[in-house]
Amino acid sequence: MNIIINGTSRQLSSAKNLSEIVGTFCKQPKHVITELNGNIVPPDQRAQTNLQDGDALEIVTFVGGG
Amino acid sequence: MVNESRTIKMTDTPLVIAGKPFTSRFLLGTGKFKNKQDLSDSIAASGSQIVTVALRRIDLERHEENILGFIPPHVTLLTNTSGARNAQEAVRIARLAKASGYGNWVKIEVINDSKYLLPDNQETIKATEILSAEGFVVLPYISPDLYAARALVKAGAATVMPLGSFIGSNQGLKTKELIQVLINEIDLPIIVDAGIGAPSQAAEAMEMGADAVLANTAIATAQNPPSLAHAFAIAIEAGRLAYLSGLSPRHPAANASSPLTGFLYDDIRAN
Repeated sequence: MNIIINGTSRQLSSAKNLSEIVGTFCKQPKHVITELNGNIVPPDQRAQTNLQDGDALEIVTFVGGG
Repeated sequence: MVNESRTIKMTDTPLVIAGKPFTSRFLLGTGKFKNKQDLSDSIAASGSQIVTVALRRIDLERHEENILGFIPPHVTLLTNTSGARNAQEAVRIARLAKASGYGNWVKIEVINDSKYLLPDNQETIKATEILSAEGFVVLPYISPDLYAARALVKAGAATVMPLGSFIGSNQGLKTKELIQVLINEIDLPIIVDAGIGAPSQAAEAMEMGADAVLANTAIATAQNPPSLAHAFAIAIEAGRLAYLSGLSPRHPAANASSPLTGFLYDDIRAN
């Protein structure tokens, strides 16, 4: 299955839910915000959100800025 | 002997933004710090109660320490919409920030010019309208312009944040006269943002009657950021106190400070 994470195409070997994906990339999942195909997915809905081929996922967080 | 009990006390009212009172009039940006320790120490030394942060895609290749761990919980988080080139992109960033659960305060920053990095006032007004209607506390960053500022008041902005000079330039108050117009005419807190490079410049803004100052680059790229953060804090307090004290007017020519009568040699001079 192929999904686009933060603008980069990624091959996933098995079907995963959003919570698992976030856990793969972040130490502190509560500090990130997820947006799937343009819709914000709140943290408590990540586990029930299954990814599908062609999905576009954004994982963003806070950084230093003025 | 001077009566030591007669200390000078000027009572200031808090800075109120969207109904929330702040005793500090110094907003600190968190970009460009060499390390998290400098950032953390600078926040403490600044006494800032509002700090700005940005929102970015996480780096998928490496686990990074999150900045939120270095911002004390009593500090109000103000997310900027940097990276937005139009109102729609700013609105998207603001909604994502709100979804984090870290509050609904947003600094609208819409820039579509990579050379001067000047904010697009028109798009900023549009984004402010949309986000204020959604319940965000909106602090828009603009080029100082009276009509844009009036439109922002109508659009529901919580403050107006005019730039002092080009962002990151440390050039101070190049737009001084235009900011003064906003201070005089706009009935919202005026927070001078961008280009403030030294405590003297921050004090100057406060002496003019600005309600607060935001600084980032000047502090983050200094040799000793926490020390300069403290210097800014003192200067902002001094400028505020000077403003509240009512500065004496300027004169075009010399004006003696001492009396011009009763000189010791008056009799000799007369001859």
